[in-house]
This record gives sequence, C-alpha cells and structure tokens, in this order.
Amino acid sequence: MIVFRNVTKVYTTGSRALEGVNLQIDDGEFVFLVGPSGSGKSTIIKLLTAELEPTSGSIEVNGYRLETIKKRQIPYMRRTVGVIFQDFRLIENKTVFENVAYGMRIVGASGKEIQARVPYVLDLVGLENRGRRLPHELSGGEQQRVAIARALVNNPAMIVADEPTGNLDPQRSYEIMMLLESINALGTTVMVVTHERELVNRFTKRVIAIEDGKVINDGMDGYYINEEN
Amino acid sequence: MKRIRKLGYLFKEGVRNMFTHGFMSFAAVCVTVACLVIIGGFSLIIYNLSLFVSDMEQQNRVLVYVDENYDTGAAKSVGSRINLVDNVREAVFMSREEAVERFIKEQGADETFAGINPSDLRDRFIVTLEDNSKMAETVEQLRQIEGVARIADRPEIAEGITTIQRVLNIVSIGVIVVLLVVSLFMISNTIKLAMYDRRDEIAIMKMIGATNRFIRFPYFVEGFLIGVISAAGAFFIEWGLYDLLASRITQMQSMQLLSIVPFEEVFLPMVVTFGAAGLFVGMFGSVMSIRKFLDV
Repeated sequence: MIVFRNVTKVYTTGSRALEGVNLQIDDGEFVFLVGPSGSGKSTIIKLLTAELEPTSGSIEVNGYRLETIKKRQIPYMRRTVGVIFQDFRLIENKTVFENVAYGMRIVGASGKEIQARVPYVLDLVGLENRGRRLPHELSGGEQQRVAIARALVNNPAMIVADEPTGNLDPQRSYEIMMLLESINALGTTVMVVTHERELVNRFTKRVIAIEDGKVINDGMDGYYINEEN
Repeated sequence: MKRIRKLGYLFKEGVRNMFTHGFMSFAAVCVTVACLVIIGGFSLIIYNLSLFVSDMEQQNRVLVYVDENYDTGAAKSVGSRINLVDNVREAVFMSREEAVERFIKEQGADETFAGINPSDLRDRFIVTLEDNSKMAETVEQLRQIEGVARIADRPEIAEGITTIQRVLNIVSIGVIVVLLVVSLFMISNTIKLAMYDRRDEIAIMKMIGATNRFIRFPYFVEGFLIGVISAAGAFFIEWGLYDLLASRITQMQSMQLLSIVPFEEVFLPMVVTFGAAGLFVGMFGSVMSIRKFLDV
C-alpha cells in the first residue's frame, strides 16, 4: 500500500516539484499515474523508492515510513517494490536468466530456489526460451519483459512501472500492459506512470492525474477521458 | 547458511567481474605494476647508494698513534681509555711490527722498504666512529688521553660523506613521497574510471534492493585480485630488471667500486612491501571509488 499525506517536494534549486499531494493506493489495485512532462510524476516515483526525501509531509510504502526510514532499511523497503523503467535498465553483461536471478541473489536465495523460480517467471512473461541470451540480443519488448520478470521474481507487494512502454511500438506496448494487467490479476498492486493517452484509454482503470505538482483528478473515469468528453 | 551462500556467490562475482571488465582490469593492473616497479626500483637504488656511502664511512677511520716511549703492553692499555670516548665504535690495536708488515705489503712487497725498522714507527689504534659528523669533537677528546702522541684524521672526507648522506636522505624521501603521491593519483584515477564505467550497473543493483555491502563485496574481491596480480607482476619484473642491471654493473670496469646488493638479500622486504602496497591500492582503491555511486 502507498500513502502520500500532504507531500511537498522542493528541490535545492528552488523548483517546486510537488505541492501538498495526498493519495492512497491500496493493495491489489491497478492505477495509472498520468500527467504531462515536468508535472511531478518522476518525483513521485523517486520519493516512493526513497531516492529522494520529501521536503514535508509523510509517505508510507508497504509499511515503511519513508520520512523516518534509516538508510540501512532502504534496500529492504525497495525489495517490496518492483520497479520497471522506460529504458529497461538491465545489466548488460549478464544473461536474461542472471538478470532475473540477481533479484533473488540479493535476498540470499539458494541455487535450487533460483533454478525453480526464474524459469517460472520467465515463462510468465513469455520468455521461456530466452534465458541464455544477453539483453542486447533481445528486442525492446523482450527487454521490457525481462525487466518485468526481474521486478516480479521476489514476489513484491507492488510493481511500479515508469513509462514502461515509452520505447515500444503500440502493439508491444499493449502486450506489456496486458502482461501487467495479468500480474495485477494475480494480486500484485500495479502502478503505471505514463503520458500515453491512448494506452490509458484502452483500459478501464483508476487514473490519478497530476499537473504542476498537484493531483488534479483521481477516479475511474480518468483525466484524459474527461478531457476528450 | 544464507550468508555463506551469499559470500560464495559474491566471491565468484568478483572473479567474474574482473574478466567481464577485462580491459579496465588490465589497465588498472598495468598502472599499478608500473607505479610499483618505479617506486621499488628507486627504493633499491637508494638502498644500494646508502649502503655504499655507509661502507665509505666505515672506511674513513681515525688513526691514534701512541707515544713511542710506551712498550706494547702500556700502548694496548691506552685502548681501554679510547673506548670510553662516547662516539668511538671500535678501536683496533696495531703494533709497530704489524704496521711495518702491512706497509711493505701495500707497497707490493718492494725490496726498497725491506730495511724499515719497526722501532721507527709507533703503535697505533685504528678507531672507527659511530657518527662521522662529530669527528672534530671526538678527535679533540682523543687528543686529551694520556699516551696519545698524534692523531691522523681526514675531516674533509668525513664531512663529504656526511653531506652526501644528508642529501641522499632528503632526496630519497622527497622523490619517494612524490612518486607515491603521483602513483596513488594515477591508480585511483584508473580505478575511478573503471567504476564510472559501471555506475549504471551499481544504480540498477541499488534499485532492485541490493545492500551496499552486497554491491561492495565483489568490488572488494576484484580489487584484492587486481592487487595480488599487480604486486606479483611488479615483483617479478623488478627482480628481473634488478638482476639484469646488477650483472651489467658488476661487469663494468668503471663501476668496480660499487658493490650491488644481491636481490635475494632484499627478497623478503620486497615481497612484503609489494604485497602490502598492491593489496592496499587494489582493495582500498576499488572500495573507495564506488562509494559515491552507492549513494542512490
């Protein structure tokens, strides 16, 4: 579960990225976070992965209070949130299998556990035969699937996808969204940050719209749909 | 069990990293080897020179002549008073007979000197000093001893040697410090460059939830291996170069005065110094260099 209570973030440059943001995402939800470039979407992601600290307000992520979290607890908090990025962020010199297994290595999983879990997750994202490939040998869509598999491998409570389809064509984008929807159906909370209106409109999900650092709409009808109507 | 499993994995990762980032590892090894060889080579030169100078110092002795009216027994007793003087390391007695014998021998057993009568000479002590820079005061103290007739000293040589030693000490400390600073700068820059190459990888690891210790350990192992390889490489190169130069120098007629210390004599200190320097630079360098990338 994510809870933002009256969160404000002002960068050291003086730029005000978020202004009194309040939002709550419950376990098992599928949420789109939308808004134009510079609206504060990336700041929200950086805040909930503890890359940044809020200037004021409080943030709770899967039971961790981020405004008071100790540095050494941050890795453990991050393990409860699987993050997927637009540019995939795979380790280039590791195979697909090793990239996915890395998430399990850091929690001290045994070779046996890794051998059982990684093929299952790769199968889930449709990459059962790609385990031995290096990231650069895969298409963009496949690389994003590897990133999703890596985010999923430790069974996180939540997946946060930051523009996951930004580098993909419409068909691959739709497939990735379908995959995220099926992951959500298995009980994982999913939050997708995007500015792709068409993609958002194809799914009937909760949409949180943000502009100039403020939440301007939060509901099932979605900000973009309202704008069209 | 989990911890042992993790350690095993991280150790393997460290070894693997060294090969997957082969070029940067090679660059780090080359720079470290070059720096160690230069510093080691310079230290060996300094060591040989200082031994040569202290050898010269040993040869610069003071001759203390005993009153010719003293018989051998009385002359020898002067030695005990000479030994009481502070700066005297050793006083070796030489009788008039031994002095004549030695003189004739030094002249190539020339018949011309066969008729020298030992009673024309004096018994003497060959005195070695602890510190040649205090020669003037010591000679003055020796002169005060009863039974001492004359003293033959070479203050200009003693002063020269003392000056050489002082200059050598200052120059060697200065050059070694400069070389160390330059080496550390070069090595740390090479390692930083290697780490900069992997900053994205480290950021990914952090985002997945890896702890700093988990990320750091393979780099520590990698640094250890780079350190060991560099130290071993530098040591054997140094050994080879030193032996080669030493044999060349000993073959040169003009260099006969110089006696080169055999490498075997400095083997252990060199192994320890190179090993410690290589490990320090490798491990400390790599761990310190990733520090700023861990702050994500």
